[in-house]
Amino acid sequence: MNMFLETLLGGLLAGTMYSLVAIGFVLIYKASGVFNYAQGSLLLFAALTFVALTDQGVPALGAIVITIALLVLTAIAIEKLLLRPLTNRSPMTLFMATLGLSYLVEGVAQGIMGSQVRALDLGIEDLPIFVGDIMISQFDLIAAGVALAIVVVLSLLFNRTRIGIQLRGVADDTRAALSLGIDINRIWQIVWAVAGLVGLVAGLLWGARQGVQFSLSLVVLKALPVLIIGGFTSIPGAIVGGLIVGAGESLAETYIGPYLGGGITPWFAYALALVFLFIRPAGLFGERQIERV
Amino acid sequence: MNTSAGPALEVRNVSLSFKGVKAISDLSFQVEHHEICALIGPNGAGKSSLLNILNGVYVPDSGEIVFEGEHFRRMQPLEAARRGIGRGFQNNALFSGMSVLDNVIAGLSRHSRVTLVEEAFRLPRALGQERAFRQRAHDVLQLFDLEKHAETIVGTLPYGVQKKVEIARAIVAKPRLLLLDEPLAGMNSAEKQEVAAVIARLNKELDLTIVLIEHDIGIVLKLAHHVVVLDYGRKLVDGPPETIRDNPDVIAAYLGSEHAEVAA
Ligand SMILES: Nc1ncnc2c1ncn2[C@@H]1O[C@H](COP(=O)(O)OP(=O)(O)OP(=O)(O)O)[C@@H](O)[C@H]1O
Ligand SMILES: [Mg+2]
Repeated sequence: MNMFLETLLGGLLAGTMYSLVAIGFVLIYKASGVFNYAQGSLLLFAALTFVALTDQGVPALGAIVITIALLVLTAIAIEKLLLRPLTNRSPMTLFMATLGLSYLVEGVAQGIMGSQVRALDLGIEDLPIFVGDIMISQFDLIAAGVALAIVVVLSLLFNRTRIGIQLRGVADDTRAALSLGIDINRIWQIVWAVAGLVGLVAGLLWGARQGVQFSLSLVVLKALPVLIIGGFTSIPGAIVGGLIVGAGESLAETYIGPYLGGGITPWFAYALALVFLFIRPAGLFGERQIERV
Repeated sequence: MNTSAGPALEVRNVSLSFKGVKAISDLSFQVEHHEICALIGPNGAGKSSLLNILNGVYVPDSGEIVFEGEHFRRMQPLEAARRGIGRGFQNNALFSGMSVLDNVIAGLSRHSRVTLVEEAFRLPRALGQERAFRQRAHDVLQLFDLEKHAETIVGTLPYGVQKKVEIARAIVAKPRLLLLDEPLAGMNSAEKQEVAAVIARLNKELDLTIVLIEHDIGIVLKLAHHVVVLDYGRKLVDGPPETIRDNPDVIAAYLGSEHAEVAA
């Protein structure tokens, strides 16, 4: 029983890291209907910038501030140079544009900062702690706490401020939002910047765990099943989806893995997502796309 | 106020087509300050398309719009909103997952004077503006007898009530010109009377210039000061309501049209 609880808990905690990556996608998808393939590259770019700065001897706080400033500038540039000229294009066109963007961002990051793996030390000791006789990773616990804090901040932003009202308005009906004088270009800049910040946090946590290297941008591939399960348009969906994937992976690895000769983790999330696609194509929390006539 | 000597709005030789299909052909008319101008005509006549040109959703192939003395080859939606052109849509375009109050507050966007930083950090100016916006939104809800629904999610309300919310959202920012696309559609007759009375009041008490599309001829005759009849994108009649009452062209245009309610 304890072994089961420990596996489940470890999985759930690890799942919050998936949620964090997925939230970045949801924000942008909700506000602008774009599946942002470049989310992974932006995450890598953020982590790489931070590491490069600290390697140069910039103190952590300064490095964070500079990285955030760069992310905001990047968001504004993306909106002005990419999204605005492509307004009213098909979702596929926009998706292709973000695909191109991801190569651009990775290329630039690699060009400036090199391609070697860099260690990222956030100063969190990864010593296990025990609750009763259940062992929990301290790092996972802190990561989950950070993810939770982000979710709380985002929900305050969305539900308690006038910017939030405008964000939800743009997400709901762009045409109506424009007619009320809501500047959707500005809203997109804000959303991309916020998604960048969420990416920064995700990038630092993932980077601390597996080193900052180019494969970091591949965490997007982990977000995809999370999004399919939770729905592309819902932040709570991204969270629940992440938890399901995390717990599912962890339990499957322990209890099913031995029968299949191990190595379940790389594909299990996709198999799970496939099952959800059959049962609930819009995801657990997703809205079914209703065509407006 | 830049209330110029000329008309509030002038449509000059405007044409619009979609992939070769003419939706509006060489249309010209004027809307005076403080009048209610009704656009009528059968389905597909080009009425909604015209409103879409007026607030910049569609770009006309030719012609121009003169709004309060300024000439536009095309309006930009944001520009239109900032100049005070308010808009209600034919298919309800409310933010359906948000409360009635939040919808109406969103309607005040063009008046926001605080910066993003002030908002994000909840600085005094942002909080002050928020209080003022709330107050203004509540006042408008009162006007429409919607106060009791303030915190209700708009998508859960009956259609007639939603249409009222949409008008409330469109007028909360005190537009200089209000465009309404079938604001009474889908309402029962009591609701129609109520909302028509509100529109008349907005026009009279706030001196609001209104262009509205409406199929219920009875209501149009009572409400409008000026009627423009469109058919196949062309202007059929343009004048005071009496001119359409017995006009054979108007009756002919409406024959065979599904939701004409020529009665009353
Ligand atoms: N976005 C669009 N793309 C293609 N055709 C369009 C578009 N919008 C309008 N049309 C066409 O333009 C013509 C005029 O349509 P419009 O919606 O302006 O009519 P309407 O007078 O508002 O009709 P209704 O009373 O049914 O609302 C129609 O033939 C319509 O099919
Ligand atoms: Mg119409």
